[in-house]
Amino acid sequence: MASELDIFVGNTTLIDEDVYRLWLDGYSVSDAVALRVRSGILEQTGATAAVLQSDTMDHYRTFQMLERLLHAPPKLLHQLIFQIPPSRQALLIERYYAFDEAFVREVLGKKLSKGTKKDLDDISTKTGITLKSCRRQFDNFKRVFKVVEEMRGSLVDNIQQHFLLSDRLARDYAAIVFFANNRFETGKKKLQYLSFGDFAFCAELMIQNWTLGAVGEAPTDPDPQADDMDMDLDKEFLQDLKELKVLVADKDLLDLHKSLVCTALRGKLGVFSEMEANFKNLSRGLVNVAAKLTHNKDVRDLFVDLVEKFVEPCRSDHWPLNDVRLFLNQYSASVHSLDGFRHQALWDRYMGTLRGCLLRLCHD
Amino acid sequence: MPGKLKVKIVAGRHLPVMDRASDLTDAFVEVKFGNTTFKTDVYLKSLNPQWNSEWFKFEVDDEDLQDEPLQITVLDHDTYSANDAIGKVYIDIDPLLYSEAATVISGWFPIYDTIHGIRGEINVVVKVDLFNDLNRFRQSSCGIKFFCTTSIPKCYRAVIIHGFVEELVVNEDPEYQWIDRIRTPRASNEARQRLISLMSGELQRKIGLKVLEMRGNAVVGYLQCFDLEGESGLVVRAIGTACTLDKLSSPAAFLPACNSPSKEMKEIPFNEDPNPNTHSSGPSTPLKNQTYSFSPSKSYSRQSSSSDTDLSLTPKTGMGSGSAGKEGGPFKALLRQQTQSALEQREFPFFTLTAFPPGFLVHVGGVVSARSVKLLDRIHNPDEPETRDAWWAEIRQEIKSHAKALGCHAVVGYSESTSICEEVCILSASGTAAVLNPRFLQDGTVEGCLEQRLEENLPAGCGFCHIPYDELNMPFPAHLTYCYNCRKQKVPDVLFTTIDLPMDAAVIGKGCLIQARLCRLKKKAQAEANATAISNLLPFMEYEVHTQLMNKLKLKGMNALFGLRIQISVGENMLMGLASATGVYLAALPTPGGIQIAGKTPNDGSYEQHISHMQKKINDTIAKNKELYEINPPEICEEIIGSPIPEPRQRSRLLRSQSESSDEVTELDLSHGKKDAFVLEIDDTDAMEDVHSLLTDVPPPSGFYSCNTEIMPGINNWTSEIQMFTSVRVIRLSSLNLTNQALNKNFNDLCENLLKSLYFKLRSMIPCCLCHVNFTVSLPEDELIQVTVTAVAITFDKNQALQTTKTHAEKSLQRASTDNEELLQFPLELCSDSLPSHPFPPAKEHLESASSNSGIPAAQRATSVDYSSFADRCSSWIELIKLKAQTIRRGSIKTTVTVEKASPVGEGNFRNRSSPPCANSTVGVVKMTPLSFIPGAKITKYLGIINMFFIRETTSLREEGGVSGFLHAFIAEVFAMVRAHVAALGGNAVVSYIMKQCVFMENPNKNQAQCLINVSGDAVVFVRESELEVVSTQQPAATCQPSCTGGEVTT
Repeated sequence: MASELDIFVGNTTLIDEDVYRLWLDGYSVSDAVALRVRSGILEQTGATAAVLQSDTMDHYRTFQMLERLLHAPPKLLHQLIFQIPPSRQALLIERYYAFDEAFVREVLGKKLSKGTKKDLDDISTKTGITLKSCRRQFDNFKRVFKVVEEMRGSLVDNIQQHFLLSDRLARDYAAIVFFANNRFETGKKKLQYLSFGDFAFCAELMIQNWTLGAVGEAPTDPDPQADDMDMDLDKEFLQDLKELKVLVADKDLLDLHKSLVCTALRGKLGVFSEMEANFKNLSRGLVNVAAKLTHNKDVRDLFVDLVEKFVEPCRSDHWPLNDVRLFLNQYSASVHSLDGFRHQALWDRYMGTLRGCLLRLCHD
Repeated sequence: MPGKLKVKIVAGRHLPVMDRASDLTDAFVEVKFGNTTFKTDVYLKSLNPQWNSEWFKFEVDDEDLQDEPLQITVLDHDTYSANDAIGKVYIDIDPLLYSEAATVISGWFPIYDTIHGIRGEINVVVKVDLFNDLNRFRQSSCGIKFFCTTSIPKCYRAVIIHGFVEELVVNEDPEYQWIDRIRTPRASNEARQRLISLMSGELQRKIGLKVLEMRGNAVVGYLQCFDLEGESGLVVRAIGTACTLDKLSSPAAFLPACNSPSKEMKEIPFNEDPNPNTHSSGPSTPLKNQTYSFSPSKSYSRQSSSSDTDLSLTPKTGMGSGSAGKEGGPFKALLRQQTQSALEQREFPFFTLTAFPPGFLVHVGGVVSARSVKLLDRIHNPDEPETRDAWWAEIRQEIKSHAKALGCHAVVGYSESTSICEEVCILSASGTAAVLNPRFLQDGTVEGCLEQRLEENLPAGCGFCHIPYDELNMPFPAHLTYCYNCRKQKVPDVLFTTIDLPMDAAVIGKGCLIQARLCRLKKKAQAEANATAISNLLPFMEYEVHTQLMNKLKLKGMNALFGLRIQISVGENMLMGLASATGVYLAALPTPGGIQIAGKTPNDGSYEQHISHMQKKINDTIAKNKELYEINPPEICEEIIGSPIPEPRQRSRLLRSQSESSDEVTELDLSHGKKDAFVLEIDDTDAMEDVHSLLTDVPPPSGFYSCNTEIMPGINNWTSEIQMFTSVRVIRLSSLNLTNQALNKNFNDLCENLLKSLYFKLRSMIPCCLCHVNFTVSLPEDELIQVTVTAVAITFDKNQALQTTKTHAEKSLQRASTDNEELLQFPLELCSDSLPSHPFPPAKEHLESASSNSGIPAAQRATSVDYSSFADRCSSWIELIKLKAQTIRRGSIKTTVTVEKASPVGEGNFRNRSSPPCANSTVGVVKMTPLSFIPGAKITKYLGIINMFFIRETTSLREEGGVSGFLHAFIAEVFAMVRAHVAALGGNAVVSYIMKQCVFMENPNKNQAQCLINVSGDAVVFVRESELEVVSTQQPAATCQPSCTGGEVTT
């Protein structure tokens, strides 16, 4: 006696949160049933396995029908087919767009292309996340990217408006989109210790300060479509960064800078002698990173460079985080006292962001 | 030229991409009514076109207005080839034709295509200007109101209940016309949809004319069905009850009406009022010294006479037309005479109502039913549907005579149905024979003295059980006793009815859903031979269904069935019977005896042992059921504090019956009470199986109750959460050589598993009750059985089961406090975050006070009205807060824009009738329920009948998720279209919703499937009780104490 057809349709669409999670995690119906059985639901409710099977099928079917709408969340709000209370709608959307930390670390900064999509089975094997779930997460990234790619205005606001995500999740997506667009390298071995949160933090600072939209005024460019405001780094700014080179190229300036920093920090730093010995190297590293950012390739390697040139030296000398903070503050501030240096504003725009990023990157 | 129809096409949204190249659509709209068509401009390259058209005006007869649907077609403009249709919207403009209903239809309608389903939405505004009709020979019947509800609608009062109206129209089915071979499936489906829409309109108009003739102004309990007779045609038929209704117009008028046990109260049926005053002091029904003579009986028996192709089943064959009572005296004779004359004027004294104004129903005789097997032949002349008319007339005549045999003049709870397989058709009709009070049946002239006397003396709550037939000349063997309530009249030992439980009936304990299920194999045969075979099987099926019902009823320890519906479906090689009813324990009827098992081969020792084992099991089950459904026979009942029947009247009755207790005690000994025990002989495997199947029915899990009537006896503290649903299952029978037993088991499992699934799915609503559980079974193909269930789950408040006298205000407080509890998981997150500060602090404060109040009973009653309104407002804030909590959990500070937009605004959207919900982007909530009421709310306006017919077809079944995916999507779409139409009428709910037909056909080999669905209901506007109370407290006429409004909660 096989059930040919077995459906349940409520005037208010029933959403079972547990089944939704299983569905999102990419389990097949039979796996989901097995997992539900293991959760002890049969004992709690006195239901049979057949009932559970039918219930799970039903929910899966509903989710499949909803998935099309979830691809464009505003549609979910305006559609008439499923009557779902607003709180449930919000839950559906938020959970659908949630992602796994392990997964996002794998694809962060990669081009959201078909090529990457092909690698998803490797990622699935590596992370233990089902391929189905990997695909959903990847497609979510790509979809958000496609939608906001051409848009002007705040990245976070655009994402929020078109995908109705919570503020937190929208910020995360902004970081993902920003990384994908600029193709920052995050997969190198020496970057493995960094979490998605670390990168998202840096991304937010960079979006706020280094993009065209960050300038805060309407672009004077006659063709306003030329640049995406929040997604692309401000090319002019990157170009200008070359000017900072004088800080290390001019030996007098470098010495002056060092003495200013050392004077200010003497006795305040646990690792003063190491700092003093390393100052020129560190300063050269930071300034050279800036000067190189005109090349796309070097932009991609930004985080590799930062870790190599700054984080690792500090780590090998066991700088405490507080010392790093004091040093970076002083290092940035002292430049204002260098009379021969004319690019104070540029320096602040660069260092202000970099200081925040470096502090976040300095951990084990 | 009596009407001008005006249509404006505003905009579209979410249109499908019709041009692959541009991923866009060039859409325009055709608006068609009758033979006139208008077009909008083409709106280029958009999936969200803004046509904003002029007003298209159609000048039409009101006859056309009634018959024709407005047809809106959305197309994609194509310069080089034919324009592609995107989809259609049919709008029934009937609701605009009577004054009190909707004035404008305006809103977003799903654009529906029979092949692709819903494809976007279109915003339309429709208005009608009606001129006064001066033509006396008119064919239209504008202004007659139609209601699907099978009781007097909530905001009306019945002045006269005229009686039965019926009509049928026939036509050729477009699916079977020659042209169908050359047109596309889409064209064929659309022709069918349009034809049925037209026929429904025509049918409604014709019925309206009959009502006008009877001088009525409304049809209540309107039930329209269509029969797909295949080759031989398409029949659309309808029955209903003509009434003259008075609107209880201003809110001020109906509020007090419900609040005081005044006279009006009686005219609002179905307010199950927990306020005992109403019952105890209020006048109610039957006569004191009524002696219609007659006698009790079981309600059901059958005898069949079969002729070649035509078989009629007679539930009752006795000759016992009522002889006048001996003690009754002139008064009774008078009443009788009047009733009779009032009814005998009518060809068929039938009423499709299942619930009645108090005092209407005097006695109930029992179920009467008739079936007839017919061979279909082509309908030659659609304008003369005489054959079908004659068939039904014949059956009705039979029903009428059955009722007479039971000493009754009338049939209530009447319904008709068909089952068709190939060219054989079973016509069925059933109802409940009854004696009615003439007061409502004719104009007021006679009423005068009669009414007064009627109301003097009333054995409340048991009168309807008293037998209407002659005790000495019973139409069938039955066991009569004196009424356990009034001790004056005779009652039968068991009562079966098709109506809802009368609201004043004295019931002990709770009720439950009882089903009898049966399959019978039948040889495949052609034409007459087939019809004969079916005719021969029918009586046995009826007998078995009846036996099963009786056994199961006894097993539950109950003595009456309400809402009985027996469906017999015919297939190629089998017949299926499914009977559903709600079992209750009527206090007036005797305690049912037990079930005794007897073996016929007494020699075998182990066999005897087996039998005694079974006997023990059965006795245990009966005892368990009695406990489960709280059926405490009167003697015990006294001691049980908090029995769910709190009415003092009943208690006093119980006291009276105590004197009799010595008698009763023996009866409690179930297995040995020889006089009532029901003996089951198990001398063959068949009977064994019967006993087994008796015991396999699993009771619902704790916290669940179910019934197929509107209200569940013993539960009257409904909370406002409702969930209407439809569930469909189709099973394929595994082997070809099936036995009856295997079939029965399959069918039984199918139904039981379906119920189990429902209980599991709805577990989050516990404690709750499945009401109006409506099973339909059909045999779409050789080895397929399809079961469709529609029901509504309603939550109730467990804690209040014992405190029914509590005020409504307190109830809503409790509701608020449970809300509060749910929230407890959030408070930390809430407090730490920056919520919009204004709504939150007051909400919290009131919630606190509310929850603390709820524990304190009477002391705070005075202020409770205010609190409840606060509580309600709080709960809407709570919703908002809940939303935020969700997002906040992820650590955000802002809330997303949309969530705020979407929050409670949606619910409130339609409350304000002055602002049509059209261009508003948020989707308003529309509730749907098969019941005639909405718990915790008051229906303030009926907007008109919803009667929709859809066909959906696919040629890519696999791609759409197989049969389940296909049907799931289709039913969801049907719900969506119903909701959209209701919303466009300005309503926020559909009551008395019913899915009358769900015909599903598949051909997996061809990757095809087709489904037809017909649904109907009444579109209404409801207002939450809490809001209403704010209004009522503002009324200076403060006859309404909050304690009385409590009555409304439970309706």
